[in-house]
Amino acid sequence: MKLRNTLLAALGLAFAATAAHAEIKVGVVLSATGPAASLGIPEKNTIALLPATIGGEKVSYIVLDDASDTTTAVKNARKLTVEDGVDVIIGSTTSPASLAMVDVAAETKTPMISMAASARIVAPMDDKKRWVFKTPQNDQQMASAIVEHMVANKVKKVSFIGFANAYGEGWYEQFKKLAEAKGIEIAASERFNPADTSVTGQALKLMSVKPDAVFIAGSGTPSALPQKTLRERGYKGPIYQTHGVANNDFLRICGKDCEGTLLPVGPVQMARSLPDSHPVKASALAYVEKYEAANGAGSVSSFGAYAWDAGVLLQAAVPAALKAAKPGSAEFRTALRDALEGVKEVAGATGIYTMSPDDHLGLDDRSRVMIEIRNGTWSLLK
Amino acid sequence: MDMSIALILSQDGITNGAIYALLALALVLVFAVTRVIFIQQGEFVAYGALTLAMMQSGVLPATVWMLVAMGALVTVLDGGLALKAGQGRRAASVAGWNLGYPLALAAVVGGLAVNELPLAVQVLLTLAIVVPMGPMMYRLMYQPIASAPVLVLLIVSVALHIAMVGLGLLFFGAEGQRTPAFSEFSLELGPLMVSAQTLWVVVVSVLLIVALYQFFERTLYGKALRATAINRVGAQLMGISPTLAGKLTFFLAAFIGALSGVLIAPITTIYYDTGFLIGLKGFVAAIIGGLASYPLAAVGALAVGLLEAFASFWASAYKEVIVFTLIIPVLLWRSLRSHHVEEEE
Repeated sequence: MKLRNTLLAALGLAFAATAAHAEIKVGVVLSATGPAASLGIPEKNTIALLPATIGGEKVSYIVLDDASDTTTAVKNARKLTVEDGVDVIIGSTTSPASLAMVDVAAETKTPMISMAASARIVAPMDDKKRWVFKTPQNDQQMASAIVEHMVANKVKKVSFIGFANAYGEGWYEQFKKLAEAKGIEIAASERFNPADTSVTGQALKLMSVKPDAVFIAGSGTPSALPQKTLRERGYKGPIYQTHGVANNDFLRICGKDCEGTLLPVGPVQMARSLPDSHPVKASALAYVEKYEAANGAGSVSSFGAYAWDAGVLLQAAVPAALKAAKPGSAEFRTALRDALEGVKEVAGATGIYTMSPDDHLGLDDRSRVMIEIRNGTWSLLK
Repeated sequence: MDMSIALILSQDGITNGAIYALLALALVLVFAVTRVIFIQQGEFVAYGALTLAMMQSGVLPATVWMLVAMGALVTVLDGGLALKAGQGRRAASVAGWNLGYPLALAAVVGGLAVNELPLAVQVLLTLAIVVPMGPMMYRLMYQPIASAPVLVLLIVSVALHIAMVGLGLLFFGAEGQRTPAFSEFSLELGPLMVSAQTLWVVVVSVLLIVALYQFFERTLYGKALRATAINRVGAQLMGISPTLAGKLTFFLAAFIGALSGVLIAPITTIYYDTGFLIGLKGFVAAIIGGLASYPLAAVGALAVGLLEAFASFWASAYKEVIVFTLIIPVLLWRSLRSHHVEEEE
């Protein structure tokens, strides 16, 4: 009897709340399980840290897991828009799932903020993609950091070696375009497989053109093999890697052969060592401290920061949208989309966002820093 | 391409080729004696390397528990049969070998601070854990269907391969491991820098091949295996147990696999699924030997290693394509040269 009373009271309160003022509903689709879980789990942990009220309105988050599966992601997006009538979707974790969700967002005229990296999610801009925004840096931003560093250090001739898959090819395209514009010659271009047990042939080829620097485009621990082979074969020049190796397993595998490796990363990874004058330091540190307070020291990753920045964008855009319409209506969703597109100089954990009708990412060069591996750990380049 | 590059590439090719040769020999042996295409060969390589790496990081390798579990199953099956036949002493010996041994090993590895032991002892412990899985696997999976068609045996192998890769992910995690070299010594020969580990790989491979040759030529067990390979029924009529031959073969194959893993772990990063590709290249070599000739398989393995090294220099993006395409002309040549015999099934 007591239980029933409590339940009734709770139900009554819930109705009272909806009646008093419509809350803002945020639908979240992410990959908390499956192959992309290592990205999705920090995102999920981050969603729990997002504010409960924005602009004086209550916000409720509905989190659904897509199990790293594109079809499930689309199904979840439909459920969120049609059944729950959410005002905005955050998601999904992976690029294929996000690309597939674009159609749902456009069809239901619901703004969507993706946490996946592919530039194609928001470009080239069209009628559907005008509803879609994203928070992670493009590969192009990372590649330009490497090219700038090369120019600054008078590197004229580079040997490139990348994964023989979409990751390596994507980087080659980006890097080639930027490097050639700056007059840097790519003298050798080789490929290797993540599962390879020897890359001696490629390493010799890379060295035979006598490059000023070598650029290795791989991710995770397999990317240590070319570097170890180059050092074993006596290559002494600088070696660049991508942000795909920025985890501690890479340091463990590569050991002393990785001293001096140069790579770009998002500022959140180096938040504590950024100089106070860095524009992203305060906002990145705020996220790192909040996340680590909830999940333990050293637990933060750049993936969670993408979810955090989706929250940051909402906090910047919702107040303007609230002036135009009430949450839960088509007008509010349109107003929210317009407000997101008008976001200017908003500091997130990943960088500073300034959106425009053509640019739904809005990040610039402040969204990455160059770091070096020194004494077996990551350290910021001045 | 100048002389020094060619020399370095050849050295790399020969090192890899030596490992492929060992695996190819094991594949030919297993196929000749039991008609099983031993796809799991590569997993034994990965299990050997990763068990050693786990010991060195001071963690009790989960492969020990796999050995205990397999041993317990064998004990239930064989011990049960022996008890039914009223052979109490036989049942006791089955239990001792298949349950007592793994448990004793687990106690030793779990009790000692294995990461402080000398490398040689760690290697011996690794072999002691991984190698017995070979004969146990034969007992559990292949012995009950020993006379099944080759295709059925192949399907069982594929299933075991997938199961072992999955278990490997569970045991060792998704990240790769690399073990320290046996010694830091290295030798400079002109443009060549020969590290001690390369020498270890080549010398151990050659010694093992010689030892295998002696085993097959001079010992009774070796001759029994050869007899089984030539004519299974005839060998059985002469009193050679096909079960014993099968277990012995799998013992040798598991030994060769695990030893290869231990040898290459300091040269390259090994992942739970690395073994398959290495095993597959051994398989290409075995195919060159027609799954029957040991010397041809060894030559084939060297050819695969060298081709791989030079292909990675000239056309790195197409390296695997080139290596695996090698099978097509070889199969063409073999099928044109030898007249085809339908298997009676």
